Amino acid sequence: MTDTAVTLPSQQRFAQMAAFLRPSQWVPLLLVPCLGIIVFILFWQFSASRIETSLGQFPGPVQVWEQLQNLGAEHFRERDKEVAFYQRQEKRNAEKLSADPQAAVKLRNYTGKPTFIDQIFTSLVTVAAGFVLANMIAIPLGVLCGLSTGVYKAFNPIIQIFKPVSPLAWLPLVTMVVSATYSVEDPLFQKAFLNSAITVALCCLWPTLINTTVGVASIDKDLVNVSRVMALSPLVHVRKIVLPAAIPMIFTGLRLSLATGWMVLIAAEMLAQNPGLGKFVWDEFQNGSSNSLGRIMVAVLVIGVIGFMLDKMMLTLQKRVSWDKQAVLR
Amino acid sequence: MSIKYLDITGVGIEFDTNGKKYRALQNVNLKLDKGEFVSLIGHSGCGKSTVLNIVAGLHQATEGGVALEGKEVLDPGPDRAVVFQNHSLMPWLSVYDNVALAVDQVFRKTKSRAERRQWIEHNLQLVNMEHAMDKLPGEISGGMQQRVGIARCLAMEPKVLLLDEPFGALDALTRAQLQDSLMSIQTALGNTVIMITHDVDEAVLLSDRIVMMTNGPAATIGDILEVNLPRPRDRLELAEDAGFVHLRQQVLEFLYAKHDKHESQAVQSVADSCAQLSAIPGPEKSVLSSSGTQAA
Repeated sequence: MTDTAVTLPSQQRFAQMAAFLRPSQWVPLLLVPCLGIIVFILFWQFSASRIETSLGQFPGPVQVWEQLQNLGAEHFRERDKEVAFYQRQEKRNAEKLSADPQAAVKLRNYTGKPTFIDQIFTSLVTVAAGFVLANMIAIPLGVLCGLSTGVYKAFNPIIQIFKPVSPLAWLPLVTMVVSATYSVEDPLFQKAFLNSAITVALCCLWPTLINTTVGVASIDKDLVNVSRVMALSPLVHVRKIVLPAAIPMIFTGLRLSLATGWMVLIAAEMLAQNPGLGKFVWDEFQNGSSNSLGRIMVAVLVIGVIGFMLDKMMLTLQKRVSWDKQAVLR
Repeated sequence: MSIKYLDITGVGIEFDTNGKKYRALQNVNLKLDKGEFVSLIGHSGCGKSTVLNIVAGLHQATEGGVALEGKEVLDPGPDRAVVFQNHSLMPWLSVYDNVALAVDQVFRKTKSRAERRQWIEHNLQLVNMEHAMDKLPGEISGGMQQRVGIARCLAMEPKVLLLDEPFGALDALTRAQLQDSLMSIQTALGNTVIMITHDVDEAVLLSDRIVMMTNGPAATIGDILEVNLPRPRDRLELAEDAGFVHLRQQVLEFLYAKHDKHESQAVQSVADSCAQLSAIPGPEKSVLSSSGTQAA
């Protein structure tokens, strides 16, 4: 075995993957989490069957699974309807034009109700927009605050005051300001989308800003001195030294802000009736059919799974960007 | 008298910590010729690093000043490269890129891309680190990291090379190797060097002059010792050389007889080091620490 001690990294990775295919490797790894999930489902089933609400029994795992399939089926039915609608419209217009080439042809958009899956995508796009908007401000500002004590002192009181404010308190103000200032003929974004995105941005701002500031301010003094001795220009200093050094803290901020952003978005959508998963939940609640609770439970689980996946995504990105491959990230 | 290459004149510095003034240095005068190797030695906290940082431009002297080739030093710059004690390599850059960061900055306008590449490789060869060019600093040993730190500074072609306890964090064997490397590089390139050290042997072996500093506050230069040992120097031959032993003795005398730290402090530090040695039985330790309190 000693003569094969030196192996290429790719070989090592392949060996690891091959080892993972053996059941002895992955069974113990998955056993405990699976056990946890099974216990949870049993507990859920047990307690759900004992809760009676005005909308019927609290949905257990089976009902939720049924509703999940229903919601999927509804989506595809709706899509079929939409396709049929456009086909009809096209056909009608073609007939009109063949009868009279000068005829005024009307093109109408399909106005069907957005399905659960549509709402998921709306929410994802909104949270992404708010997140990106916030971090385009938070990271540069955080770097400035970390580099200069003066800038930090100037911004710190404002940060400390606005940080604890729930973005939902901003929501009415954002709504009014957007409707007052954003009035173009053919809007690129819908107002509701802007409202939600800006509200999300208002809460995504702070974790990234504060963590970036701390990350930049706590760079090893010797490294800063090395940069001074080399007389690096401020831009090169930021690019080559400040940003790589602060990457771990910046990502901590990004992950925190994405998680809170996702939570706040659902609440904002519920409150302001902006399209998205929050509106779906609220509509189902108002609807009050016997299936509503099951459908809301599906939304709850989906929101959770998406939140988890968003964090995993950031973690993967962090692992890719981070220079310290030994660091334990979780 | 002609103007010296590096001229430290009447330098003093006062730090302001929480409204309290602390005078660290007072009236430090030192003149260096081109190609001279000078060591600063003294007890910890005596302001050796402060002198170095003032020459580097990282600190501003409260009074007096530093002139390099007749020009006053006001800012840090690559003509006064510093090797820090803890290598201070960027952990996210490879060995090559660490040196390249400095080379690209200094020779951006004067050397072509290919020339810079050659220059980086050449400097890594000088410190015998060309084999680890693509490694990250975290993947090489402490001694190797410090070699790269030295290569990075050499690559800037500084007028003065400032070494702040460069080998302090290394084990004795690695330190000896690096001292030999530094000696041969300095002989070959004729750099002007100021080195801070705690190590008396290191100071005598490497230096042309040893500057011995008094204790702070208001530390200054206590004495300057000329080291007239012929070069090249060999540590094994010198170990029994009467001249070497005598010089070493003089430095030790300065540090421990003339300018020892206050007695109480010294006793306390002995008591501290005894406390660390678990082998020493309790009663003796208590005798030492009680004498410490008496002295205080």
